[in-house]
Amino acid sequence: MEQFQVRGTAKGRAGGDRHQAITGVNASGNLEVLVERVLPEHECLVDIITAVTGFRGIWEAVIQEFFERSSPGGLRFSINDGGARPDTVTLRLMQSVRLMESAP
Amino acid sequence: MSTLLQPHELDWYEASARERVAGLLDPKSFVEFLGPEQRVMSPHLAQFDLTGAFDDGIVVGGGRLDGQKVFVASQEGRFLGGAFGEVHGAKLLGLLRAARDGAGRGGPERDGPRAVLLLLDTGGVRLQEANAGELAISEIIRAILEVRSAGISVLALVGGRAGAFGGGGIVTACCSRIIVSEHARVSVSGPEVIETNKGVEEFDSKDRALVWRICGARTRYLTGGADRYLKGSTADFREATIALIPHAPPFGLAALKAEQQRLTERLQHFGDCRDAPEIWRKAGLPEPERIADITDDAFLVIQRPKGADHDAR
Repeated sequence: MEQFQVRGTAKGRAGGDRHQAITGVNASGNLEVLVERVLPEHECLVDIITAVTGFRGIWEAVIQEFFERSSPGGLRFSINDGGARPDTVTLRLMQSVRLMESAP
Repeated sequence: MSTLLQPHELDWYEASARERVAGLLDPKSFVEFLGPEQRVMSPHLAQFDLTGAFDDGIVVGGGRLDGQKVFVASQEGRFLGGAFGEVHGAKLLGLLRAARDGAGRGGPERDGPRAVLLLLDTGGVRLQEANAGELAISEIIRAILEVRSAGISVLALVGGRAGAFGGGGIVTACCSRIIVSEHARVSVSGPEVIETNKGVEEFDSKDRALVWRICGARTRYLTGGADRYLKGSTADFREATIALIPHAPPFGLAALKAEQQRLTERLQHFGDCRDAPEIWRKAGLPEPERIADITDDAFLVIQRPKGADHDAR
């Protein structure tokens, strides 16, 4: 098990008015992402707890790319990971941003 | 967005615990208690190098079903097999006690829920926090009986990938009404447990057809272990739940005695059967060997054996 944080800056505030959302399940090869609108407009942050150790570099690369693609300003993401592949991580993060943009 | 399935269109088996609640209740009526943002998580799993879940694998709260107030608990069968741990169990127990106490606002007649719906999807007790889980199960059983004694129906809805095993099977059997889809399995000792203890000759847990013939939804329905068998969309579960809540039987000594009598007779009639088709043959059902293989539509027109449709819960 490994725990770390990835911080970044976003071009702008994430869309929508929802305060929080959750997607995914912590199961083998899957992860759950809890997203909360609690940060200043241009900041974003991901807290990760993963069952698999030794992949911090890949997590950081995947998340920094997500920050650039999605511009999730103001959002804090909290992840419970059950050993998901990088593409699944990106998918869940994108899903969580989409949920925040949807009607509450 | 319009191409996305709406919550009530989802298949119960495929849906997550949260999607099931959203599709079951009236739209946007659900209010969660102790939501994931509160991070009420298992304090034990980290010792075993396991990552947790923000809701500890169970969603609890209140909402409306066809306009009536209900409480709901929904287990996430994909997180640790939906198993009961300390927090997971305490959330369900708290919900049941709140129902019993009329949610603390005026008592059941005025503002309490009409029913408590248990969307079970569980392998039983979590091995990593087994003592706490077993205690939780026994407290939950007592609480269900107290809720029912207070005149509030408790319904079990089973159709997820983990089934309802171990303590979850006992919890199911304690409910006022039990609703299942074909995927459902309800039992106490799971197939792997039986095989481990008694050997593969006694029970081959990899024989999926055997597993479903013994503890699957069709067998449970035909032997009176479930009250409603349905095709398995979330809308089907919603419709059946609305229909059954007003007809949930009262709970008391008379119901328990009637259940004891029913089970004694069932054991006398079918106690020597080795497999489900032998029961169907004895009960005079048509084509006993094919009952596991026919479509849901063909299955639903079968007349249940005498005693399977009962109020002894």
